[in-house]
Amino acid sequence: MSNIPENVRYTETHEWVRKDEGKYTIGLTDYAQHEMGEIVMAELPEVGTEATKGDSMGGLEAVKTAEDFYAPLDGEVAAVNEELESNPALINEDPFAGGWLYAIKASDDSQFDGLLTAEEYKTHIGE
Amino acid sequence: MSIFVPNGKAQQEQMLDVIGVGKFEDLLTPIPESVHLKGELDLPSPASELELLKEFKGFAAQNSSSNLVCFRGAGAYDHYIPSAIDNILTRSEFLTAYTPYQAEVSQGTLQSIFEYQTMIARLTGCDAANACMYDGSSAVAEAALMAIRATRKKRILVSGALNPRTIDVIHTYMGNGDFEINEVPFGTDGLIDLEAADQLAEGGVAALVLQYPNYFGSIENVQAAADLIHRHKGLLVVAADPVALGVIEAPGRLGADVVVGEGQPMGVAMSYGGPYVGFMATNARLLRKMPGRIVGRTEDRAGNTGYVLTLQTREQHIKRAKATSNICSNQALMALANVIYLTLTGETGFTEVAKQCWHKSHYLHDRLLETNGVTDVFDVPFCREFVVNLPVSAEDTASAMKEKGYLAGLPMPCLGDGAMMLTATEKRTREEIDGFVEALDQYIRGAV
Amino acid sequence: MEKTIFQYSSPGRIGVALPVLDVPETAIPEQFRRKEFIGLPEVTEGQAMRHFVRLSTMNFSIEQGFYPLGSCTMKYNPRLHEFLARIDGLAAVHPLSDDSTVQGTLEIMYKLGELLCEITGFKATTLQPAAGAQGEFAGLMLIKKWQDERGQGHRNEVLMPDSAHGTNPATSTLAGLKVISVKSDKHGRVDVEDLRSKAGENTCAFMLTNPNTLGIFESSIEEITKIIHDAGGLNYMDGANMNALLGIVRPGDMGFDVCHLNLHKTFSTPHGGGGPGSGAVCCTELLRQFLPASTVEKTEEGYKLRDRMGKSIGRLLAFHGNVGVLYRAYAYIRTLGPKGLREVSEVALINANYMKARLKPYYEVPNDDGPCMHEFVASGAEMAKKGVKTLDIAKRLLDYGFHAPTIYFPQIVKEALMIEPTETESLESIDAFIDAMIAIAEEVDEKPHLVTDAPVNTPVLRLDEVKAVKDLCLVEPVEHEE
Ligand SMILES: Cc1ncc(COP(=O)(O)O)c(C=O)c1O
Repeated sequence: MSNIPENVRYTETHEWVRKDEGKYTIGLTDYAQHEMGEIVMAELPEVGTEATKGDSMGGLEAVKTAEDFYAPLDGEVAAVNEELESNPALINEDPFAGGWLYAIKASDDSQFDGLLTAEEYKTHIGE
Repeated sequence: MSIFVPNGKAQQEQMLDVIGVGKFEDLLTPIPESVHLKGELDLPSPASELELLKEFKGFAAQNSSSNLVCFRGAGAYDHYIPSAIDNILTRSEFLTAYTPYQAEVSQGTLQSIFEYQTMIARLTGCDAANACMYDGSSAVAEAALMAIRATRKKRILVSGALNPRTIDVIHTYMGNGDFEINEVPFGTDGLIDLEAADQLAEGGVAALVLQYPNYFGSIENVQAAADLIHRHKGLLVVAADPVALGVIEAPGRLGADVVVGEGQPMGVAMSYGGPYVGFMATNARLLRKMPGRIVGRTEDRAGNTGYVLTLQTREQHIKRAKATSNICSNQALMALANVIYLTLTGETGFTEVAKQCWHKSHYLHDRLLETNGVTDVFDVPFCREFVVNLPVSAEDTASAMKEKGYLAGLPMPCLGDGAMMLTATEKRTREEIDGFVEALDQYIRGAV
Repeated sequence: MEKTIFQYSSPGRIGVALPVLDVPETAIPEQFRRKEFIGLPEVTEGQAMRHFVRLSTMNFSIEQGFYPLGSCTMKYNPRLHEFLARIDGLAAVHPLSDDSTVQGTLEIMYKLGELLCEITGFKATTLQPAAGAQGEFAGLMLIKKWQDERGQGHRNEVLMPDSAHGTNPATSTLAGLKVISVKSDKHGRVDVEDLRSKAGENTCAFMLTNPNTLGIFESSIEEITKIIHDAGGLNYMDGANMNALLGIVRPGDMGFDVCHLNLHKTFSTPHGGGGPGSGAVCCTELLRQFLPASTVEKTEEGYKLRDRMGKSIGRLLAFHGNVGVLYRAYAYIRTLGPKGLREVSEVALINANYMKARLKPYYEVPNDDGPCMHEFVASGAEMAKKGVKTLDIAKRLLDYGFHAPTIYFPQIVKEALMIEPTETESLESIDAFIDAMIAIAEEVDEKPHLVTDAPVNTPVLRLDEVKAVKDLCLVEPVEHEE
């Protein structure tokens, strides 16, 4: 059973989104990191990149799988997790904290409310 | 029962029995009757080994080109191939293995590729190389696409002094309508016009692609080209002749970002154009953008050194439509020929081959210029290959030389009726060169 | 374990005797001269031979044993062909030779083209593509060019089943076309209704492997190819599985417009540890005018190489294709003749169906629907539930002295094991492989660690692929020079 905390929202493409002070922090769900296996590379966007909901913002790679991750909200990239460059496995070890991917300064806060709740995400992944 | 099929009627019946069908035709039920081939394929009846051997010897006898003394290059070169190479290439274990998908039983192939990657990286002055591409030209095209991925720009500059066949291949690979290719002219000295390149690069380009030595044998200023294109935030792709790199500076040390080229001169038969092998090397920053297979060193469960295919997420079997390339099978056996060639010649032998090519092509050049009416087309230093202007038609000269037993240089109509591009490898003796120059001289005297 | 060649190096050694320079030297200008050593090894011929022979003994090859690598058609490669392709008159020929001096090679190329047309039911051929993937690219570009010429250049979609080989979508991207994935039905065949709903005014082409990558013949093939034709697209057949069809069905008779053949599979040219292959492309009269540069024509004055761009899609390689591979394929077809070629496919089918029948009690065959063609796909999903993955089974097979089947492809089958025996295996060797598979199935239940610890009888134990990516080492580090 995957860890699906209640304090964040989710996307169908397996990102979690947390509302923070002035920005939204985004990461990969525990379920998805487990499916992928040990992540060996994280390609992150640059700070300042424009984000449009649904656009690919970068990619993660394990040894035999590669997945893109997508913007859950419109806005601009406000921060990226630079630690992932040297230690991408943080995404596996600590997906909801140390393994965060990047943060967005959203242009339309109402989009956050449209994201999946923990309950809905649980159904989505069939758990 | 043919010589390649061990299961004859007896075994087949036994097997059909286990399958639970009465006859072979019952296995064809999924194929609609309407598309079945009626009757037999219209093919020649089977030939015995002896008959085929005779037939092939007949074909070979029709190939008089193989008996000509070769002064032609333009992308394929007549070098000596040490006999040990074929001994290794025809070993079952290398010849009849598939791509090394099961690493634990493919260490021979994998380690030899690792050694190949090392030698190519060292020769080109780069950090890493891949396991090979189809040929030199497709490697150039793939390098251009790699630069496009790395820079996210859709336009490239190609040198007009690039082998025209390579330019064709670039256009074909980039012919899907998404990209723009601008050609940078070469000056009267036969070198790429860097000022023109600077102007064309305005507005941003993914790469400048140039050849080194260039198509005409002239030695481009790679460092200046690298500085220029880097100012425009593009990459420098250099298509290099590997043998030339035995004497002239490695492009990777002059600022090239991707170095590609044709491996045929390193132990691969000319074989009317294939199978050849392309090499590709780059720096650490770009290696994840490289196409093709890559071998890496690792350890087994007991901590022993071993080798595996690595960085596979770049490839078509994982990334599918988003892969760095569609390449799957490559030219592995030819890359093995390269690595054995570089091993046998080694540091001293390989540089010796390169030096002899330098000296012999210069000797040929100087002798030709002593001939009545022969002049230089370009007046810059060249390496291994050069263009001269004959006072007579180059096409006619080549035909006449053929009758005398020579494969003369390649006529270059784009540079004038009398223009001919020639090369002399380490295989050419002084006697052959002198003989050729004399025959040419005689022909010119008779013709003018 | 074998040291790397660099570790045998000692200054001054050389492995080939070169001629002494017999012309005057010309100085190499300082500004161009290579400044440092290259870093090539220095060894004698004997040391080099020992090194590469030792390396070779760590490989598994078709000449050592059964190699049922699905989709790759690992059949025996006749030795005569190695001799033929190396005859001096064929091997020592410059690619820019005058046509009159290469009539032998041009004749072989011309005749091979004709033979392949007869085998596929098409009218024209290019022998230039270096491998299957490059053949796919040529084929899609032919179709695209045809669409352009008839004013249908807006068509930018390629339809293909979700079971397609990775090169199919990757090639589509290279050709600038968008991949539209078509569902497979429960037997692994194209879902015809899904196809019908997706074919339309943007359809440029449909790409299909037939038999498909599950080893199953697409029984609705005529309906499928008609749907695409009616929508204004053309049909491309990935001919990687042609070993199932020789003398039985021809792509050109099923509604396909173009196909590639993997000469390194069906026509028995050796795979060389990864290549070279040849991805010859055959097509209808309609597409002939667009074929890549380098085709051979027969004229009154002999064979001629047509080496112009004209309306062609261009040039795929600098020269005329993997000619040495073409010699071998030609010899293969000539050795077998029409009956021999059909026998190849008949026995390939019998061998595959026999294996399926014998293995089914032990391994699930999820898409089974009557006879398979030249290969079939089993699934290790049930065993995975017990903690033994398909990867483990593959590794254990190495311990038993066999090469493993293709694994984890096609992706639509969980824990896939794709098994292709080919016609050149004897009943005895097939039975021995089946016995090993059955023994492994028993080990999974009784002694699973034997499987998960495998391989143990190989030159190295299981290799760490994660480490290879994390601690990237792609070249031998340069030792500190004195
Ligand atoms: C079904 C299929 N299509 C295409 C290819 C690609 O062929 P090649 O490796 O010659 O490029 C393969 C080879 O593995 C294949 O099995």
